Amino acid sequence: MATYTPSTPIDNVQLGRGGGPPVPPAGGGDGGGRSGSPNYGARLRRARLGLICAIATVCMVFISLTSAYVVRQGLPTFDDTSRSYVRDWGEVHLPWMLLAVNTALLLISSITMEAARRDVTRQAALSPVKSIPGISLGDERHFPWLGITVLLGLGFLIGQWMAWGELHNGGFYINTNPNSSFVFLLTATHGVHLAGGIIALLWAAITTLLRKPLEARRIVVDVTSWYWHFMAFLWIYIFALLAFAR
Amino acid sequence: MVAQDAHAHSAPQGFIRKYIFSLDHKVIGIQYFFLALTAVFVGMFLSVLMRIHMIWPAASLPLVGEIKPETYLSLLTMHGTIMVFFVLTTAPQGGFGNYILPIQIGAPDMAFPVLNMLSFWTTFVGFVVILAAFFVTGGAPLHGWTGYPPLSALQSAGPGEGLGADLWITSIAVFCVASLMGALNFITTTLDLRAKGMTLMRLPLTVWSWFITAILGLLAFGVLLSAGILLLLDRNLGTSFYVPLVIVNGQVMGHKGGSPLLWQHLFWFFGHPEVYIAILPGMGVASQILSTFSRKPIFGYKAMVYAMLSIGFFGFMVWGHHMFMSGMSPYSAFAFSILTMCIGVPSAIKTFNWLGTMLKGRIRFHTPMLYAIGFVSLFVSGGLSGPFLAQPVLDIPLHDTYFVVGHFHLIMGVAAIFGIFAATYYWFPKMFGRMMNETWGRVHFFITLAGTYAIFMPMHYLGMAGQTRRYSEFTQVAYQAKLVPLQTFMTYAAIITITAQFIFVINLFWSMFKGPKASDNPWEATTLEWTTTTPPPHDNFGGVTPVVYHGPYEYGVPGAPRDFVMQTDPATVSTH
Repeated sequence: MATYTPSTPIDNVQLGRGGGPPVPPAGGGDGGGRSGSPNYGARLRRARLGLICAIATVCMVFISLTSAYVVRQGLPTFDDTSRSYVRDWGEVHLPWMLLAVNTALLLISSITMEAARRDVTRQAALSPVKSIPGISLGDERHFPWLGITVLLGLGFLIGQWMAWGELHNGGFYINTNPNSSFVFLLTATHGVHLAGGIIALLWAAITTLLRKPLEARRIVVDVTSWYWHFMAFLWIYIFALLAFAR
Repeated sequence: MVAQDAHAHSAPQGFIRKYIFSLDHKVIGIQYFFLALTAVFVGMFLSVLMRIHMIWPAASLPLVGEIKPETYLSLLTMHGTIMVFFVLTTAPQGGFGNYILPIQIGAPDMAFPVLNMLSFWTTFVGFVVILAAFFVTGGAPLHGWTGYPPLSALQSAGPGEGLGADLWITSIAVFCVASLMGALNFITTTLDLRAKGMTLMRLPLTVWSWFITAILGLLAFGVLLSAGILLLLDRNLGTSFYVPLVIVNGQVMGHKGGSPLLWQHLFWFFGHPEVYIAILPGMGVASQILSTFSRKPIFGYKAMVYAMLSIGFFGFMVWGHHMFMSGMSPYSAFAFSILTMCIGVPSAIKTFNWLGTMLKGRIRFHTPMLYAIGFVSLFVSGGLSGPFLAQPVLDIPLHDTYFVVGHFHLIMGVAAIFGIFAATYYWFPKMFGRMMNETWGRVHFFITLAGTYAIFMPMHYLGMAGQTRRYSEFTQVAYQAKLVPLQTFMTYAAIITITAQFIFVINLFWSMFKGPKASDNPWEATTLEWTTTTPPPHDNFGGVTPVVYHGPYEYGVPGAPRDFVMQTDPATVSTH
């Protein structure tokens, strides 16, 4: 039941940051906060900037792998039996159903990730109000978006692992032909990057357990969610490359 | 990691947190510096072994014994790799960039201190891994720092191509990850942590150079990383990205249809920007020092910034000039050639501006200034041979000769090293609170400058005479034997120059403990690192956030009380 005690002037309320020191006014200009005071707005901006750099790097990795893919696909190789140059790119029978299911899992996880991000952003925005003595926002039922995202992400990775098993059952190994080499290479590289995202989400969960300030968790969740959407986009790109540029 | 506050950490107390796993960018910078110092001595030792072997092929040498042709190739590979990655990339950017950049922009630390510590320790692991290659069965790899397949991609291709080559690739991959973390940190710090008033066009040119270097690193190291992963797969999992159908010692390998050229394209797409990663910080330091010690503003500040930006931009479009001999289409070669020569324009602008800065200046010939002038000298003499090699028709006879070795050692090797020396003599008082010895600094400079030219200038003549690089022994080859006297001269010059480096090391360590105490601003310079105490406190400015009112190089401003205006001086002096 929400109650309101008018004797506490809202203007002078210490902004609730898990018992941290009061937040000084934003520094204006480029400088941001000063030593010792966690200025979360500046930190969020800084973390997002760092993320843009990280995404630029991951893009470079996949651009170079794509160019290797295109170049390797067009290379002729000398065939002893026909005494002529032939393409040795080869064929891979992709487990379409499984990959489609994985894609769906990842896309759904992107939606739950976004829900988690909005949830934590809302919590961070409301926390000053909640810190007012006597104010309650009623029964807050937090849907565990973050946990669901982690599960879906793990589901995707397990699905990819199963896809590898299907490929092996079909007789396709990393050294079967250049096409299969790239299938394994691209899926593995994407999987490693997604696993990084899962570790970041687990870190966000640990910050909750460690009773770190909500804002600290918000930064991790916010940055990871952009990364997560990027990973979903990257997977669509890789899937399209493997499907249409065979 | 992303949640780490830039400066929420307070000054650590214990030894381990303070000096080993420190989050302080100043400690990390010094750690990088000493890592590079260790690496440079390893690399230098390898080079002197090579030089001795060239003129006395039968001599038995310390630690390695008799040098066989494959030993020579191992020395060459490890010399190149250690010098390029763990010295030329580590010291200017990781070392001085880490220490000075946050202070020069008025920040209390880097944007992500934990990431900063991780990138240093990852670099350290990379260094340990590459040193381990010496001690495994078969020894260090033979494929040169460029690692061209199929030699680098086949375990059976040579004695060092087994575990040694795997360690080499792993080390480079680890180094890539470390550099990417560092680059991310540098870019975010420069964009987001500048003090109030520190606009982009008030950044010292050193900060610009570290910033542009970081952008190059961010875009280049990812490519090398993926190229390295493909190479590891070819070596260990039997894929054929790079390896065609190949026969080693009469035995058909399992590979088929790959292209060594694919590696060359990926490698040089990284490799050429890497050259600028090594030299750009030197350009920044030279600009800073020439202006400070000429007591004049830098000539053409904006032109300097745009020149560095365009060097970085063109640096990504010229990788093909390393591959003119690879059967490249003449049309592509033409395009790469033109773009390469375009880089001559911003380079000439920079040289012109450095000379313009010194013109009519009241020059103070302290050791940092000598090294900055030496940098310009080496940049010009090393740079002039660039347009020769940029033309396919001249590159065909000169490729894989000593001409190339002379060219890249002058411009990328020693010029960058001179940048590091200039930076060391210049910032040593700030970093360690004491002055280095001037007399011995000058002695060190003149021997090193003369020695450098004595070693690397003759290489151009050797190359024009047709002497090929990478040959371990040529004393018995008729047409090359006549060149041995010149090689002998270079070996003696190398031994003398290397001996002179001990003057530097002794001066460094002696001054660290016994040198005269340095004031806060011993060079009467203007940038922010000279406004704080020597050495700076944990948060760089003792709780004060500096506010910037001036550009970085306001020397000799008419009407000012002193001949220099600090960046933080209140804006009472009218400046234009």
